[in-house]
Amino acid sequence: MTSLANAPLLEVSHLRVEFPTRRGTLVAVDDVSFDIAPGEVLGVVGESGAGKSLTGAAIIGLLEPPGRIAGGEIRLEGERIDNLPYEKMRRIRGARIGAIFQDPLTSLNPLYTVGRQLVETIQTHLPLAASAARARALELLKEVGIPAAEARFEHYPHQFSGGMRQRVVIALALCANPRLIVADEPTTALDVSIQAQIIALLKKLCREHRTAVMLVTHDMGVIAETADRVAVMYAGRLAEIGPVRDVVKQAAHPYTRGLMGSIPSIGERSHRLTQIEGSMPRLTEIPPGCAFNPRCPHAGQRCTRERPDLMPAGRTRAACWLYDPQGVGAPLRAETVDA
Amino acid sequence: MPDTGVPVTRPAPQAAARPLLRLERLKRHFDVSPPWLARVLERKPRAIVQAVDGVDIEIARGETFSLVGESGCGKSTVARLVVGLYPPTAGRIEFDGADMGARRGRAEMAAIRRRMQMIFQDPYASLNPRWRVFDIIAEPIRAFGLAKSGQEIRQRVEGLLRQVRLTPADGVKYPHEFSGGQRQRISIARALASRPEFLVCDEPTSALDVSVQAQILNLMMELQRDFGLTYLFISHNLAVVYHISTRVGVMYLGRLVEVAATDTLFRRPRHPYTRMLLDTIPDLEMTGRRRAPVAGEVPSPINPPAGCAFHPRCPFANDRCRRERPELLAAGETRVACHAVEEGRLPAEERSYVRA
Ligand SMILES: Nc1ncnc2c1ncn2[C@@H]1O[C@H](COP(=O)(O)OP(=O)(O)OP(=O)(O)O)[C@@H](O)[C@H]1O
Ligand SMILES: Nc1ncnc2c1ncn2[C@@H]1O[C@H](COP(=O)(O)OP(=O)(O)O)[C@@H](O)[C@H]1O
Ligand code: SF4
Ligand code: SF4
Ligand SMILES: [Mg+2]
Ligand SMILES: [Mg+2]
Repeated sequence: MTSLANAPLLEVSHLRVEFPTRRGTLVAVDDVSFDIAPGEVLGVVGESGAGKSLTGAAIIGLLEPPGRIAGGEIRLEGERIDNLPYEKMRRIRGARIGAIFQDPLTSLNPLYTVGRQLVETIQTHLPLAASAARARALELLKEVGIPAAEARFEHYPHQFSGGMRQRVVIALALCANPRLIVADEPTTALDVSIQAQIIALLKKLCREHRTAVMLVTHDMGVIAETADRVAVMYAGRLAEIGPVRDVVKQAAHPYTRGLMGSIPSIGERSHRLTQIEGSMPRLTEIPPGCAFNPRCPHAGQRCTRERPDLMPAGRTRAACWLYDPQGVGAPLRAETVDA
Repeated sequence: MPDTGVPVTRPAPQAAARPLLRLERLKRHFDVSPPWLARVLERKPRAIVQAVDGVDIEIARGETFSLVGESGCGKSTVARLVVGLYPPTAGRIEFDGADMGARRGRAEMAAIRRRMQMIFQDPYASLNPRWRVFDIIAEPIRAFGLAKSGQEIRQRVEGLLRQVRLTPADGVKYPHEFSGGQRQRISIARALASRPEFLVCDEPTSALDVSVQAQILNLMMELQRDFGLTYLFISHNLAVVYHISTRVGVMYLGRLVEVAATDTLFRRPRHPYTRMLLDTIPDLEMTGRRRAPVAGEVPSPINPPAGCAFHPRCPFANDRCRRERPELLAAGETRVACHAVEEGRLPAEERSYVRA
């Protein structure tokens, strides 16, 4: 895995994110480890509150206090970036890591033209004169598919449609040719037709520049089309990680299976969709053992006591005792229909 | 064939019976002229958004009619017109034969209003945060005078909570104590409190995670079976629409461009826009089908293109399309507003979105 050519670009190991509160410490991301290779798209999925965005924020150094990294390491091209001073991290963020968020408006300044924002960002990170920066900005707008880029240069963000704004944000993220892009729900606010355009764009960039992408979304359709590997989060932990095809088509973890089953698909109509009973626990109420045990049709005694770590499970790695030689222990409840 | 198991929730459309809801040439225009607009856009003269621009729909009792289309095409405006949140600019809404625009006494109007309720996209915004769940659900029962005693109200509310898979004990809590999916259950219980026949559901699951969405869709299908409800369902998620609908209407810039039974629409879409929308459905089966990245975006509804509003994005557009607006006409089993279809330039073809 660590032959030099294929050394991971990003390595996250045992990441833990905490929020100190009056009623004690909330652990929002707990012992999360994964890596991303150059040119690879890692999809991160899970329901809202699972910890996807906090994991992304920890990587780009934008955790909002009092949230803090309480354990583990984050390495970019071998160098630790989780403990850097603010100024240093700010420079890495523009130059080597680009960020794209759900709402393009939060990344754009409404008072400046799109062109000016691009030129300033470029000049912050690259030693370019104004005219060269302008040329590069135009080139970027063309690259992300903004028609009539010259004319659009002098326009303000509100004069762009949602899809166009997200393209501008992608152009901004690309200004300094970053090695990694962290994209948090980049297509969630867009129509499916526009989604397809943005995804095609991200994939093209990945291919042409060998940029690595961490793509956070709760939309499995987007993941299935874009990601090389998928990490599934549940209640702050990784439930499963593996190649996209295997996670989508033959997931090992009961939660992933339930999640995949609950997605309506065209062509398979029934009077009932598969559903996972109950809901994800709040951070204050995470049960001991496997956090999924109250909802799991396979849970055994062991699941209520011991917490499973990721282990080999078929073609993926899953945090589930079903894949341990000792198994789940005596059954907790009568098995219902397979998730 | 995948539709051997057509579920009980999707009765065949009954053509004979009187429709429960009939929309005729329904229009709603919004005046967005300056100064309101000047703040947002640059100065411009009078501007009218033709949010809904002549829509005809008939919905039969017991069916689920869905509206789909890209953001801003007017789906929510139709929903709001139907439940009376906006008055129409023109056209007619008939509910169970009664003209909703006719002058009526307060009591008579309330009697009709009781029979139709709306569920919104955002379960956070649509519940009063200062009320206990019990009172939220009891409110329509009290407002429409549907129970004789406090005891009866209590029984009704507890029954409703159970119907949506919550417990009577949840009644004393406040909305913020619930998750998104549970809050949507509360909105559904509230909508059912007045024993309506007709529910308008505007993106009821769009704010929810897929696993929660499945729970809510299952609940809605169950309730429809148990109470014979009729739904006007709005969503931009075509897979959800495929699951829940009897018939589907595709909207583009305030107008219907195609209306058909669900299977027909997904198997043999006729309108170029419907085909484009179906081409953008993410491929979860990983068959390798590429999502066709669509050219262009929805134009502004303030100055919609002349002729067929879809012509700037349409690969089949010709001169007539740029001049003359196509009407919604019968074409085989569907109704389509497209010159190419009418002229026979665009033959029906089987598409493979529906997995065989
Ligand atoms: N109260 C209003 N004042 C002015 N314009 C409005 C108003 N309500 C809706 N519109 C405009 O009417 C058009 C249709 O809006 P509508 O909310 O019906 O779209 P929609 O199809 O529900 O879209 P979405 O999928 O984003 O919910 C849009 O252009 C919208 O901006
Ligand atoms: N500032 C905060 N204080 C306390 N808890 C927080 C804060 N920000 C996020 N959380 C909690 O951390 C968990 C993970 O959040 P997040 O990463 O945003 O989830 P996701 O992106 O997967 O939806 C959630 O339970 C959320 O409520
Ligand atoms: S560890 Fe036990 S409870 Fe958790 S997912 Fe596996 S079987 Fe279910
Ligand atoms: S009427 Fe013309 S422009 Fe409109 S959809 Fe049909 S072919 Fe295309
Ligand atoms: Mg998030
Ligand atoms: Mg809407």
